[in-house]
Amino acid sequence: MQAQAPELDTFHDTQLEIERWAGFAMATAMVVFGLSRRSVPGVVLAAAAAPLAYRSLTGEWPGLANGLARADTRVALAGSRGIHVREAIRLERPRHEVYAFWRRLENLPRFMEHLQSVTDLGGGRSHWVATGPRTAVEWDAEIVNEVEDEVIGWKSVPGSDIATAGSVRFSTARQGRNTQMSVHLQYAAPGGGVGRLLALLLGRDPAHMIREDLRRFKQLLEAGEIPCATRGVDA
Amino acid sequence: MKAVCYYGKADVRVENVADPEILNPRDAIVRVTATAICGSDLHIYGGYIPTMQKGDVLGHEFMGEVVDVGRGNTRLKIGDRVVVPFTIACGHCFYCKEQLWALCDNSNPNAWMAEKLYGYSASGLFGYSHMYGGYPGGQAEYARVPFADVGPLRVPDSLSDEQVLFLSDIFPTGYMAAENCQIKPGDTVAVWGCGPVGQFAIQSAFLLGAERVIAIDRYPERLSLAASFSKAEVLDYSHVDVPDALREMTGGQGPDGCIDAVGLESHGTTLDAWYDRAKTSMYLATDRPHALRQAIGACRKGGTVSIPGVYGGWLDKFPLGAAFAKGLTLKMGQTHMHRYMPRLLQHIERGDIDPSFIITHRVALEDAPEMYETFRAKQDACVKVVMKPGAAARPAAAH
Repeated sequence: MQAQAPELDTFHDTQLEIERWAGFAMATAMVVFGLSRRSVPGVVLAAAAAPLAYRSLTGEWPGLANGLARADTRVALAGSRGIHVREAIRLERPRHEVYAFWRRLENLPRFMEHLQSVTDLGGGRSHWVATGPRTAVEWDAEIVNEVEDEVIGWKSVPGSDIATAGSVRFSTARQGRNTQMSVHLQYAAPGGGVGRLLALLLGRDPAHMIREDLRRFKQLLEAGEIPCATRGVDA
Repeated sequence: MKAVCYYGKADVRVENVADPEILNPRDAIVRVTATAICGSDLHIYGGYIPTMQKGDVLGHEFMGEVVDVGRGNTRLKIGDRVVVPFTIACGHCFYCKEQLWALCDNSNPNAWMAEKLYGYSASGLFGYSHMYGGYPGGQAEYARVPFADVGPLRVPDSLSDEQVLFLSDIFPTGYMAAENCQIKPGDTVAVWGCGPVGQFAIQSAFLLGAERVIAIDRYPERLSLAASFSKAEVLDYSHVDVPDALREMTGGQGPDGCIDAVGLESHGTTLDAWYDRAKTSMYLATDRPHALRQAIGACRKGGTVSIPGVYGGWLDKFPLGAAFAKGLTLKMGQTHMHRYMPRLLQHIERGDIDPSFIITHRVALEDAPEMYETFRAKQDACVKVVMKPGAAARPAAAH
């Protein structure tokens, strides 16, 4: 997992500044809320605010917490180039099967929570509908790179609601018994960097979302179904 | 249906909740005929398990009759009598294929919570917090069983519920604890904690060829059960110095295998035990590992410390130096249930062991709140509580 090196421009500095203040506000809120609960989870919540407070004051995560708060290395902003998300997952299924399931783009909404539908328009083009912050976001995409069983790369066509590009690489592991997938997504989110910050505060960290999507993909292919504890979303 | 629900520390209630239904193709619904309270349920009752929510249905030791199956479940039929393993496993991921069923990759819908705490998530569990999946438990009239085509074990009608119920957790858990000791003929195994898992660990150690088993506890009824039923030599830690006694009993060598069947709420009479109590009561530590420290200290050089007792957090004053100096092997974790259930059913069928010997209380589901407290306080010589949904509650005057 490699973080994309951020371009250090004024925008990025402002962004960091906003994040630090938001972090501090959040840490304060966690301590106040946590302690007011007068319960074990409350105290744990208050204590959990410490690394956040540390980060907001110093600009970096405390050394001890690095093992717990690795998310930042997975999400890297590349200045105005948008958001990059890189994730990898290993499946106990043959590579061709994994590739074929993904290549049939209509399958993606079965495990990608924020996708409503993908329609294959033929000729490598497809129409995507996703749940946006307020209304549905739609765009057309075209496959720009495809090597069977190895890689699929796509990008949105000019004039779409959203600028996005992505690639998935398929390789084998464990002497061919497993398939390893590496996903790289890049997009300019509605609302830009501030949108990403808000999404983070609301718990919609893009790296987390993609990680959960890939987990569901793995569950679907390995177990044949996506586990759930109750009807609807559990938390 | 009626179900035993968690409402907070030392607060469980029997409530009316919605009946479970088939949600996924591989599911089954079981009408629960017998369910037990586990020692690890007391960790929830004591408020030690994070991510519990009010109203969560408790219980992970249960069995019953299959009353509904999903369309993708070709193995179970309506009417089958089954024991359900407490760990939920998909049967197809890397871990299931490696027989490491309790580490299944695909059965915890809330895996990200456990990943934040532990790096990677183990399998989902019934009735054991949202971090382990948030699955409603089996202390209820009905339970939904996910991946029911690989988990539940069909049991013959010739065996009673009480004889097979403990295949759901504590018998396999005690057995894996003993197996983890890598017992060779002639070995001596010491077992800390003579609760249900400890008792099964003792019997399993003998089944696996141990020559002697030394059992450690402080409750007379548990020690006498260990001595009379499980044929162990016993030590009452409230009266004897355990490390000294073990050294003497093993000719100065120490036990070959040491089993910590106590876990994170260990009691003790030594300085370190009081230190743990003080720190956990101020939320400065998460677990009280007194028994584990003692097991590591007592184990012979090159021996194995096996840990079926549950731990949850970051242990304080953990004697890794002693474990390193003596070249110990530490083996631990939730039980890989699916690996052990069929072979342990055979032991029961052959009459090698009758697991019902540990049952001290047989009650109705409605008695759960009182029984949790009785079990926690070890009152009334309580070792194991079995609840039978549908049975009449005991009249209050009986106590």
